Amino acid sequence: MTELHSPPKTSIWQSNWVNTLGRFGVLIVVFGFFAWKVEDGKFYTPRNLENIARQSAVYATAALGMTLVIITAGIDLSIGSVIALTVVGVAWMLNLPAGANDILINRYPVGLPILAVIGGVVLATLAGLANGVMVVWLRISPFIVTLGTMGVFRGLAKGISQEKDIYPEVDTWISTIMEPTLTNPDRDWMLLPPGVWLLLVSALAGAFLLRYTRLGRHIYAVGSNEETARLCGVPVGRTKIIVYMLAGMFGGLAGLMQFSFISGIGQPTTGISYELFVIAAVVIGGASLMGGEGTIMGSVIGALMITILYMGGQQAGWPKWVQEMVIGGIIIAAVALDQLRHRGNA
Amino acid sequence: MRVLLVPTTSEAKLIARLKMANISKSFGATRALVDVGLEAFPGEVLALVGENGAGKSTLKKILSGAHLPDSGQMWVDGNSYNPKTPQAARQAGIAMIYQELSLAPHLSVMENIVLGVEPTVGPLVKWGEVYRRASEALHEIGLGDIDPGMKVRRLSLARQQMVEIARAIAFDCRVLVFDEPTSSLTSSDIKHLFALIRRLKDRGISVIYISHFLEEVKEISDRILVLRDGASVGTAATMGAKASEIVSMMVGREVEQLYPRSPRKLDGEVLLEVNKLSGMDKPTAASLEIKRGTVTGISGLIGAGRTELMRAIFGLDQIKDGEIKFGVFRGAAKPVTQWSRGMGMVSEDRKHEGLALNLSIADNITLPKLSGLGLTGWFRRLVLPSRQKKCSLQWINKVNIKCSGPAASVASLSGGNQQKVAIARLFHADVDVWLLDEPTRGIDVGSKAQIYELINELAAGDQGSGRKPKAILLISSYLPELLGVCDEIAVMDRGRLSKALPVSQWDEHKLMMVATGNLKTEKGRDPRNL
Repeated sequence: MTELHSPPKTSIWQSNWVNTLGRFGVLIVVFGFFAWKVEDGKFYTPRNLENIARQSAVYATAALGMTLVIITAGIDLSIGSVIALTVVGVAWMLNLPAGANDILINRYPVGLPILAVIGGVVLATLAGLANGVMVVWLRISPFIVTLGTMGVFRGLAKGISQEKDIYPEVDTWISTIMEPTLTNPDRDWMLLPPGVWLLLVSALAGAFLLRYTRLGRHIYAVGSNEETARLCGVPVGRTKIIVYMLAGMFGGLAGLMQFSFISGIGQPTTGISYELFVIAAVVIGGASLMGGEGTIMGSVIGALMITILYMGGQQAGWPKWVQEMVIGGIIIAAVALDQLRHRGNA
Repeated sequence: MRVLLVPTTSEAKLIARLKMANISKSFGATRALVDVGLEAFPGEVLALVGENGAGKSTLKKILSGAHLPDSGQMWVDGNSYNPKTPQAARQAGIAMIYQELSLAPHLSVMENIVLGVEPTVGPLVKWGEVYRRASEALHEIGLGDIDPGMKVRRLSLARQQMVEIARAIAFDCRVLVFDEPTSSLTSSDIKHLFALIRRLKDRGISVIYISHFLEEVKEISDRILVLRDGASVGTAATMGAKASEIVSMMVGREVEQLYPRSPRKLDGEVLLEVNKLSGMDKPTAASLEIKRGTVTGISGLIGAGRTELMRAIFGLDQIKDGEIKFGVFRGAAKPVTQWSRGMGMVSEDRKHEGLALNLSIADNITLPKLSGLGLTGWFRRLVLPSRQKKCSLQWINKVNIKCSGPAASVASLSGGNQQKVAIARLFHADVDVWLLDEPTRGIDVGSKAQIYELINELAAGDQGSGRKPKAILLISSYLPELLGVCDEIAVMDRGRLSKALPVSQWDEHKLMMVATGNLKTEKGRDPRNL
C-alpha cells in the first residue's frame, strides 16, 4: 500500500500534560498577582496559604464528583443541597436522644461520631443514587432532575432541622477536621488539616479511578459518545448511576468539611449556590459540558483558582461587586481559551 | 498535469460561470491545495473527484467563503469573487448542498427557504411573500406537492435535500455545489435528484458535483476534474473516460482488482442462526443462517429494516418475537454479552454511534474488551493506558490506519481511517461473527479497497497460522460492492427478508427488483427465472 497522505500531526498543545501545566501556570500567575497586590506580603504567609487550602478543600472535594458527572455529559445542580443535607444529618445524629433526659453521645462518645460521619456520607450517596436512578430510569435530563432534587434535598435538610440550626450538645472531633494546624502547636504535626489530607487522598483516588480502571474508561466513553459506548457493550445506565452516586459521596465528604468549617453547626441553609462554584471549578479545569473531557487535576486547580480569586480580591480590598465580576469573567475566559485551543487543532 | 481531453471549441467560447486559478492553501506545514485551477461553464455539471484528503473539501470551503485561500484568484461570470464569509458567497450566487443537511428541523419549509433573508416590513415578517417565494421555488424544481407550511423534520431525508436546493434557487444561485449528495439516498431518490440536476443545468446553473461514486459521476457529469494530494491531476470529458482510468488517476497507481476473492470454504459450520425474528417495528419474521467462512450480504432500500435486523441480533434493539441461536447460546442478549461470546458490530453511523470522536484511537479500539490490559494478581482488572496504546498499535498496523499514533484523537483522522478504527475494534475483541453495517459509506476508494481486502482475508482464514475463517454479515446499499464481496445475498423489502441465495444467482437488476417488491424469491429458485 502506498502512502496516500501524510499522517495528521497531533499538536503539542493537545497533550494533557501541557494542558494541565498551562492551567497551573495561570494559577501561579494569579497567585503572584495577589501576592504583589496585597500589602505587606500578607497573601503568602503560611497562615494565609493554609486558609486558601482550607477554603478550597470544600469546593475541590465536591468538584471531584462533579468532574465525573460532567465527563459523562451530565450535570449535578443538587450538590450544594447535598452538602447541606450532610451537615444537618451529621448534627442531627450527634443529638440523637437516648431515653428521656439523655442523649446517645454521652453513652457512646467514640462510636457515635464515627457513625455520624458514615451516616452523613451514606445519606449523601443515597441522594446521588436518587439522582442517577431518575436520570437513567426515567430518562429525564440531568439538568432537570438535579434542579428538582436541589429543592428536594434542601427541603429535606430544612425538615430534619425543623428550619433551625442544630447545635450539637457535645463538641466532637468532626468539627475539628478543618481547623488550622499551623497556628496550633498541638496540631502542627499534621502539617495540614485532616480535611485537606482527605481531599488529597480523594483526588488521588479519583484520578486513579479515571485513568487506570475500567469504570474510568467507561465514564469517558459514555460522555464522549453514548451510542458508541452502548454499541461497544458498556453498561451505560449502570455507569451513570455509579457516577451520580460518587458525586453524592464526594458531596458528602465536602459536607463533612463544611460542617467543621462552620464550626460544627447543623445549618440547613449552608452551601447555597455552591453548585455554581463547583461547576465553575470543573469548567475552569478544562472539562467540557458536552462530555468526554475533563481531569481531576484540572478541577482541583479550578477550585484553587476560584478560592484565590475570592480571597485575593477580598484581601486586596476590592469591593464585592468587582470580585463577582472578575470571577465571572475568568470563567468565561477559561472556556473561551479552551475553545480556541480546540479550534487550532481541528 | 495529464489532460485527457482538451475542451471543445464551443466550450472555449463561453465565459466561465466560475473560474478559480492558481488556488493554494496551507494549514501549518500541510499543503492542502497547490496551484489548483477550475472552470465551470453555464449549464455544465463538473464532477470533482479524489480520495479523502485530496483537497476537495478545502476547495469547497474556499469556494463557500469558509476558508480564505493563501494565493490565487476567483471569478464569477467574469467578476472578481473573494468571499470572506458564507453569506458573501451566497450573495454572489454560490450555494452549497452539504452531505449533512443544514436545515432547521423545527421550522417550516418556507421559513427554512427564506431563513436569514426574510422579507419584512419594519420588524414584521411578510408571511404572504414568504409563502409565495417558497412555493415558487418549490414549483420551479417540480416539488409543488410539498406544503410550504410543513415542518421540515416531517419530510424524508431526500425531500429535505430538495428543500435545500429550493432554498438555493430562491436565492438566484448561479453555481450550486453538491457535496456527496447521495450518501444517504435510495436509488429512486437518486434518480429524482439527477432529474432535478438536469433541470438546473437547463436554467444555466453551473453544478459542481463532489462524489466518491464514479457510477454517479459518469451518469450526471459533463466533465471530471481529478484532485490528488492537493493538486489537480487532470480533467477529462465524462463521455469516453473509463472508470478504471479515473480511479488510477485518483489513487496514483493502477487498481487491478477492487474486490479480491481468495478461495473460500462455503460449507463451514453455522455460527449464527436467526429464526423468524421480528423487531418492534421491523424486521418481520426474518430468518437467516450465517456460516463460518462465508460473507453474507443484505441488500435493500434504506429504511427496509436491514439495520434494525442487525441491531436486534446484536441486542441493541428489542425483539418482539423469534429466535437467535449463536453457537451454543440461545436467545436475545445485550451487546456486552454478544461481544464476550464473540460477536462484534460496526455501525452505519460512524459519527453518532460508531466512534467516540474526541477520545483516542486506543480508547476506541479497546473499549469493547478492556480485560487483559492491567497488571497481575489483584491489579489484573485495572486498565493501563500504556498497555491500551501498545495493544492498539498492532491493530493500527494490521488495518493500516494513517495516524500519528494510538494517542491521536479519532476526530483528527480522515473518514476512511476513522472507519478502520471501528473495524480494528472487532479485531481487538477477536470475534467470530462480524456484523458490518455499511462499512464503506462515505470513505475514499483507497480505504474501501483496504476494507474489502480485510473482509476477504477474514472470510478466507489462514491455514498456515491456523486462524479460522470468520462469519461476516454485510449490509450495503452499494450493489457492485455487495456483488463483489459477498458469497450469499439476501434482500430485505419492507421488513421482510428473502432467502439468501448464492451471489452467482444475483445481478444488480434482480437485487433492485426484489428490494422494491417487484419480484419474490422462492425457496431455492433462481431469481433470474422468475
